[in-house]
Amino acid sequence: MSAITWTRRKRALGRFWDGFRRQRAGVTGLAILVVAVALAVVAPLFIDEGVTSVVENTGPDFAPPSLEYPFGTDESGRSILLMVWWGARTSLLIGFLAALVSMAIGTILGIAAGHFRGWIGAAIMRVTDWFLVLPSLITALVLAAILGGSTFTIIMAIGVTSWPSTARLIRAQTLAVEARPYIERSKALGGGHWHITTRHVLPNVAPLLLASTTLEVASAIVTESTLAFLGVTANKTSWGTMLRGSYDWNAAGQGAWWYILIPGLCILAVVMAFTLCGRALETVLNPRLRGTKA
Amino acid sequence: MTAPLEAAEPAAAQAAGPAGDDRPARHGVLRYALTKAGGALLSIAMVIIATFFLFRLLPGDPVRNLAQGRNMTPEQLDLERRRLGLDKPLTDQFFDFVGQTLRLDLGTSYEYKRPVLDLIGERLGPTLLLAGVGLFIAVSLGLWQGTRAGWRPGSRFDRFSTATSLVLWSVPTFWLGLLLLMVFGAWLKIFPSRGIESVDAPDGFGYVLDVAWHMVLPCLTLVGVVYAQYLLVMRSSLLDEVGQDYINTARAKGMRDDEVRRRHAVPNALLPTVTLVFMRIGFVVGGAVTVETVFSWPGLGKLFYDAISVPDFTLMQGTFMLITVAVIVMNTLADVVYHILDPRVRSA
Repeated sequence: MSAITWTRRKRALGRFWDGFRRQRAGVTGLAILVVAVALAVVAPLFIDEGVTSVVENTGPDFAPPSLEYPFGTDESGRSILLMVWWGARTSLLIGFLAALVSMAIGTILGIAAGHFRGWIGAAIMRVTDWFLVLPSLITALVLAAILGGSTFTIIMAIGVTSWPSTARLIRAQTLAVEARPYIERSKALGGGHWHITTRHVLPNVAPLLLASTTLEVASAIVTESTLAFLGVTANKTSWGTMLRGSYDWNAAGQGAWWYILIPGLCILAVVMAFTLCGRALETVLNPRLRGTKA
Repeated sequence: MTAPLEAAEPAAAQAAGPAGDDRPARHGVLRYALTKAGGALLSIAMVIIATFFLFRLLPGDPVRNLAQGRNMTPEQLDLERRRLGLDKPLTDQFFDFVGQTLRLDLGTSYEYKRPVLDLIGERLGPTLLLAGVGLFIAVSLGLWQGTRAGWRPGSRFDRFSTATSLVLWSVPTFWLGLLLLMVFGAWLKIFPSRGIESVDAPDGFGYVLDVAWHMVLPCLTLVGVVYAQYLLVMRSSLLDEVGQDYINTARAKGMRDDEVRRRHAVPNALLPTVTLVFMRIGFVVGGAVTVETVFSWPGLGKLFYDAISVPDFTLMQGTFMLITVAVIVMNTLADVVYHILDPRVRSA
């Protein structure tokens, strides 16, 4: 890479950051995310799997928030604070990886459908439309239930059912990019399918991809918690499994509001942060939205 | 945007076909509907085939995976496999399955020892009631609030609406249900927390009131989660219309502000929104499964959830196919209706 390219890239990044910084909601979201991810990453330095063990924790059952248990305890005397902290790892990990799987499938199929016109593109779009119409939560539930619950299968179940909208978005963008003259020039110079899709199309769709990945992580976290609540889990503590526990042990009837409120607020905060970030990215990166009031 | 181009198209189409000859257009609609119906049939066929492979060919043993962590002896597992015909050759299984499904024979439930179709028939009513009422309220509320918010972008009402819907959009359905359950069911004890009717429910009109009383919390949860996206979509499609020339023309004619909105902007903004409502029907269905589980509402979603937790293989497969096919049919209908309603799409 020549020095000119790097200077240009650095300048583009600077412009992007300037635009993003002006989105107050987006910056707030980003701040929450950085804190959440940092907390999840450093968790093993302070606590371990033991905080979720029923045997090791001998606190009072359904104890209201106190100095010792800032967020109270659950039905087995485990500290909600520590559980939420430890559970963040599973929730965030599944959210990120499921979004990654979904984005990978969506990008590859979307670019392929836009690049190869004719029957290949048509066939891919047919399959995409079919997946788009399937009720995704129901399909993910069936997939996860049949494959058996493990972290990997939950990630796959969410990823495999949520890619179609990305594929459509990327296909539209690919068509727009390939209509530009420089693609024709590249073809005339002997650029093959691989060269055009990876060197010209992919960098052009990447910004949009970033925005929609961010939004996808948000919905993957919601889906994970819903699957966990409906009993299809990776058998690891996550915010979803905690809420399932609160339902099974009738926390509402016991008046243990903290057991229901805290894990849910964690989901809400992280999902909203991702959504705010994603919307801000969209506003900055999508030329169609640039300069409009919305 | 491409608005001037789009607006020019119907004019061109009218110029091309004078003397009020609307036969080609109608013919086009019919052909479009048939194409869409064909596509839907193909999708349904794909659902049936995918279901077969999903439940039989995935890595590992479906019966064992489903039985994970539950008390089943090897004999029981074997019996279950034989009952499902998993010991026959795969091609035989496939043709048996397709034939039975086409004859609407969805097999017999392991848990209930009754035909799956009968079970589904019993549970269909409560789901249609809950989802229907919920969808109606969500659509009316979402469209009304979205219109008000989009007409004055940046106003206090708009900021409030957008913020609320972003929060609701981020809330997992089941958690909203749990919160309502806790506040109204357990603390205030205003509404019942589970089921569709009281044990000592009266007859006649009293029964209707009893069901309605049980429906308040589930319905509220469903509306809360679903209506946010309708609001956002209606708002943004109204925003697309606000800057258009015809709105300025209507204003220049001296129409009052809310008349411009009601007679010009809203009808145009409504079309994409209403289609989207039906296109996203799968989302409502997913919400219904969750809501029915939280509130033990005896509908299809609860049936599906129970099938997964038992596990009841045949019942799960049957409800999955039925729900999916229903969603495909509704999407196709929405597509065709949109085509009939929107002249721009029709002439294109």
